[in-house]
Amino acid sequence: MYVEAKRGKSRELWTFHGGLHLPENKTISLTGPVRQADLPTRLVLPLHQHIGTPAQSLVKVGQRVLKGEKIADSTAPVTAPLHAPTSGTVIEIGNHPIPHPSGLPGLCIVIEPDGRDEWGELPQPIDDYRSADAATLRSRIREAGIVGMGGATFPSAVKLNPGKPIKTLIINGAECEPYITCDDRLMQDEPERVMEGVRILQHILQSEECLIAIEDNKSEAILAMHNLVRDDEPIEVIRIPTIYPSGGEKQLIRILTGREVPSSGLPAQLGVICHNVATAAAIADAVLEGKPLISRLVTLTGEGIREPGNFKALIGTLAGDLIEQAGGYQNHPEQLILGGPMMGFDLSSDTIPITKGANCLLCPTLEELPRPEPAQACIRCGRCADVCPAHLLPQQLYWYSRAKDLEKTQDYNLFDCIECGCCSHVCPSHIPLVQYYRYAKHESWAQEQERRESEHAKQRHDDRIARLERLEAARKARLRKKKEALDKKPPATKKPKPGAPDKESKQAAIEAAMKRAAEKKAKQQAQPKNIENLTPAQQAKIDAVEQRRKNAKETAATSETEQQP
Amino acid sequence: MEFQTHSSPHTSRPNRVDRVMLQVIMALIPGTAAMIFYFGWGVLLNVILAVGAAVGFEALVMKLRGRPVLPPLFDLSAALTALLFAIAVPPLLPWWMVVLGMAFAIIMVKQMYGGLGYNPFNPAMAAYVLLLISYPIEMTSWLPPMLLAEHSLGLGEVLSIKFVGTLPQGLTMDAITMATPLDEMRTQLDLNQMISEIRTSPLWGDFGGQGWEWVGNWFLMGGIWMVYKRTITWQIPLSFLGGLVGMATLFWLFDPESFPFPLFHVFSGGAILGAFFIATDPVTASTTRVGQLIYGAAIGILVYIIRTWGGYPDAVAFAVLLMNMAAPTIDYYTRPRVYGHGGVKGG
Repeated sequence: MYVEAKRGKSRELWTFHGGLHLPENKTISLTGPVRQADLPTRLVLPLHQHIGTPAQSLVKVGQRVLKGEKIADSTAPVTAPLHAPTSGTVIEIGNHPIPHPSGLPGLCIVIEPDGRDEWGELPQPIDDYRSADAATLRSRIREAGIVGMGGATFPSAVKLNPGKPIKTLIINGAECEPYITCDDRLMQDEPERVMEGVRILQHILQSEECLIAIEDNKSEAILAMHNLVRDDEPIEVIRIPTIYPSGGEKQLIRILTGREVPSSGLPAQLGVICHNVATAAAIADAVLEGKPLISRLVTLTGEGIREPGNFKALIGTLAGDLIEQAGGYQNHPEQLILGGPMMGFDLSSDTIPITKGANCLLCPTLEELPRPEPAQACIRCGRCADVCPAHLLPQQLYWYSRAKDLEKTQDYNLFDCIECGCCSHVCPSHIPLVQYYRYAKHESWAQEQERRESEHAKQRHDDRIARLERLEAARKARLRKKKEALDKKPPATKKPKPGAPDKESKQAAIEAAMKRAAEKKAKQQAQPKNIENLTPAQQAKIDAVEQRRKNAKETAATSETEQQP
Repeated sequence: MEFQTHSSPHTSRPNRVDRVMLQVIMALIPGTAAMIFYFGWGVLLNVILAVGAAVGFEALVMKLRGRPVLPPLFDLSAALTALLFAIAVPPLLPWWMVVLGMAFAIIMVKQMYGGLGYNPFNPAMAAYVLLLISYPIEMTSWLPPMLLAEHSLGLGEVLSIKFVGTLPQGLTMDAITMATPLDEMRTQLDLNQMISEIRTSPLWGDFGGQGWEWVGNWFLMGGIWMVYKRTITWQIPLSFLGGLVGMATLFWLFDPESFPFPLFHVFSGGAILGAFFIATDPVTASTTRVGQLIYGAAIGILVYIIRTWGGYPDAVAFAVLLMNMAAPTIDYYTRPRVYGHGGVKGG
């Protein structure tokens, strides 16, 4: 019923290969409306909670900050600023555990709230966003520190500047991972906020159509959103089948448009851009109220949590503090997952902070999500290939990853793997397949990096040799010229010694040498110019440019993984 | 609070190797029971002997390799290999040939390549072929099905034949054994008999041989159950039988008196057992879905060719081993189109 557009058109949906019908376990956390988390005693704000260049602190230890005040930023093109989630004092800037699969600590600003929750000066709301130009709105979104809140945390403002006309704006409300319900709750409780954000996005991108995709297990959310769509706007709420990973950006695009994002390409190449519903809501806050991104909805769920549910938590709240507010732990859980069971990663402790991309804390008991049994040999059953949404051959990839045959893994398109975990889930031998692919990817990146570095070194070496040769040739030419001048000075005072080269042949030799030098020089001109005799300042500038270029490349590569399912 | 960390996904896994193997073994039970019913104690003794030997050899090799002994026994793969071998060989096969077959299957064909998952050839079929080539007389001396037997052998008699090699008083091997329907058909055709004449013998049932075709039916039921449970995919059995029926139909239409009708081929020999239980062994078969269609069809066609023009009456084992060799190549050329690569073009 909701698939039908209001203009009476019925939209055709496509399917992607593979996928899984998983136990949803969503009711555990659908216990009621969103609860507002209390102000914690400490907020830990990682400087790098987005894809791109880490932000740099703008505050000092001991400084008092106000709610919404910018406390970190960077001049890099792909980055996001950070804001104080409440008023208080900066008590520390240092390394703390951060939510990262590596488990390594990262630089964080620690704020002790003063309890007054006093707002700082906010930018003027842009009530009439329809008459504002895209650049203004993008800059507002950038300044608000908004990143993709579906989990991938790519800076939204960068994504909103595709440099290509966008035909279809997709709003991702699929929320296909089991257990997680924060997007569902957001659409049910604050559909107006989401819808305003969607309209702003639509205005910025000037897309022909806007499709809000929601899995059909979220009927209330579909209804709530559908009721807000006006007749005069090209926005449709689309009910999509519940199948994991329908919320993966590539899979969602396939479901809605029947087209596939080219391998190592971006959705914008198809004229498509995806944004998450929570990102849309944050954009509405930033544009219509001037508020930066300082809080988000987090699902606390699993049998290991006493009172599961959805919480509106300040960014920087420690996981343990939040779980405390949900009644604390029960049933002796041994695992805490950030994200969903399929793609989330295990936290080693609950002292890590909630970041902009943290959508779920899942604390299951051992009975609920038992540890996989020891891996056995692959029996080549092919179930992994049946469920792979990228239509890869996971078992071949496993084979080559295990054999460290990285070239072969790329032949089998390792980098098209989205690490959704479907293959590992169905594997009867319980092989941690995704872990093998991550390993092979990292090895490949490391190898590529090494190759690039050695190429760079070789280039520098070649350039140096060429430069030395050029200088040597120039020196020789100068010497000859000098000698020639000396020879010319006493005209005919000395008689040419027998056997000594006469003037003419000398002249010819000089000319030949100069010609050779000139030729050599011309040859070298074809190579990069002006790289010798650099001042330290110039070299620093070049290094900075190189670094920026590298960052831009990296973010371009990672942006395709934006909006994880 | 501190927690342990593991790699994602963190779900409880629905499948397990031993459950897959167990499902195959369960699907084999009706057909095996039917064989015991029709061919007597020898089949059951073969099963017990083969399973015992296979498990023993597996444990021995694991011990020699310095690996944990128990896990590979509980994955049931050795037991399944043994069961498939036991129902493929004649009921009166001497005990030591059964043990020899299992030693070859488990030690040479399976474990020397690295154990479960690494063997390029189907162990049960390799052992079958080894024995068939080495001991052709013993390997083709089948008992007549119960309905046709003049003398049904008791447990004691079977035991003494298998273990001591002494026949019951007053009986010769020729008297108690009988050619298989496939063998009989070949012999008669070689004597330039017409099929309509051959089939007047009481040996024949509706499609294949008396009794034999019922064994085929029970295996078919087990096979269909496996497809329904998704233990195996439909591609290999369907294309196997399709290839066989296709070839048989072609030649039968050409000359129905010299080439048996298609269902004769389906319900004779190891066709159904092969299509659902042997060619579908995932370790040695093609793994891509398109590849499986090619793999199955090629086995079906090879079975027909060897049965009709080859030197042996049945051909499933040879056909499967031949295609085992081709499986990696088939897989290589039937890789599916990956998302975002060619085909459905974006932009």
